[in-house]
Amino acid sequence: MEWVLFLIFGLVAAAAAVGMVLQRSPIYSALCLILALFAQGGLYILLHAELIAAVHIFVYAGAIMVLFLFVIMLLDLRPEDRSPVRTNPVGVSVGLILAGLLLAELALGVGPHIALGPRGVYDFETVRAVGNTQAVGRILFREYLIPFELTSVILLAAMVGAMVLAKRKLE
Amino acid sequence: MDFLFATILKIALVMGLVLLAVAYLTWLERKVIGDIQVRYGPSRVGRFGLLQPIADGIKLMFKEDIVPANADRLIFLLAPAISIIPALIVFAVIPFGPSFVITDVNVGLLYVFAVTSLGVYGIVLAGWGSNSKYALLGGLRSSAQMVSYELSLGLSVIGVVMMAGSLSLVDIVEAQKGSWYGILPRWNVIPQFLGFVIFLLSSNAELNRAPFDLPEAETELVAGFHTEYSSMKFAMFFMAEYANMIAASAMATTLFLGGWQGPLLPPVIWFLLKVFCFLFLFMWLRATLPRFRYDQLMGFGWKVLLPAALVNVMLTAAVLLIFA
Repeated sequence: MEWVLFLIFGLVAAAAAVGMVLQRSPIYSALCLILALFAQGGLYILLHAELIAAVHIFVYAGAIMVLFLFVIMLLDLRPEDRSPVRTNPVGVSVGLILAGLLLAELALGVGPHIALGPRGVYDFETVRAVGNTQAVGRILFREYLIPFELTSVILLAAMVGAMVLAKRKLE
Repeated sequence: MDFLFATILKIALVMGLVLLAVAYLTWLERKVIGDIQVRYGPSRVGRFGLLQPIADGIKLMFKEDIVPANADRLIFLLAPAISIIPALIVFAVIPFGPSFVITDVNVGLLYVFAVTSLGVYGIVLAGWGSNSKYALLGGLRSSAQMVSYELSLGLSVIGVVMMAGSLSLVDIVEAQKGSWYGILPRWNVIPQFLGFVIFLLSSNAELNRAPFDLPEAETELVAGFHTEYSSMKFAMFFMAEYANMIAASAMATTLFLGGWQGPLLPPVIWFLLKVFCFLFLFMWLRATLPRFRYDQLMGFGWKVLLPAALVNVMLTAAVLLIFA
């Protein structure tokens, strides 16, 4: 049963990601990205990471992508306004090399010597015992408190910077 | 197999009830607003106009289904569906009674927020796909409004989560059991009054209902995002709006009014009574208040509700830290 769901979510995510790149209309690209994010949320649920799945959908699909759509609609890019696709030989070759490298890495990863990271303290049973949300909260606010706070300060600085740049005149 | 059957039965029951309630909410809203404005409201079809929703439904189904020229057909078709589906799947985690909940998810509250935050796509895409300036303006307004008020909506319930220590809606209701000094019910509305007011105001804005109905402001945008829609597609936007209204009332009940908790009457009846009070409040607000101006709406959301919600979070955290 889980296998089937994994296959469905995985295929949808991959197909939507490819669709996002191939679509000519930016609105359809954004919609494909939303679909990919959804399928990814489904994969998180299959991994029993309910909190991450809900936050993922809430933040990315529910807030950030709405703003993306907002901007695309404000710019009102119609298909005829956009320049035709030009194929640059350098770009194509770099892309092909990157794709080849990624495929090779993937083959190595799932091949005979499966690369496994070090096993953490929080395995499935521990997380189930303390609760999904509680486990994430504990790690975030105990072990990684300072990096977490630093990240929020950096985000705040970026936000203030964006406002300063966007405003022509500061009173 | 039994589990699957019971779940399907529950889903069918809840969906049936919600859709029936949606139909009759349109009747009730017209009656209530009519009464407030000293009119009769629907009175011709059946006794007290009780068959009016059915007549409306039949009429809408047989209306011509118009797709404007140069509209994006796929998006135009998808938009009403995208707006109604999130409105309906919210009910999967809402606890109607002690054992009457379709599924009790451990991140239930976040699930509700995640799902309701998707409803905005229906409106935005309807606005864009219609290829009409009024619809586009309505869609743009809606996306700005929904994203702004979602922040204070999300922050307003943090206090409730802190008091219950859980994101599961069943746990949140259970945490409001009993009473203070034997008379005051332990409902969150008393210690979390500020949060409750912020929640009500921002959920009213999220519902796009008067006085926050800028996305469809008739006087300036014809009908906003659904200007070009007709027939059942038009009706689906309204079904979504009323289903969202029930969901918001159910959430307010669950989070702040103790859900199904109450003396004497059976739990489900208590729950439905409280939900009905909120539904009535939403209608009353619509009948009484004029629409905000757009700058007032944004100013109110960002400069009043958001700081107030943050103050509420800090106060709750401080009180919990000192006394618990």
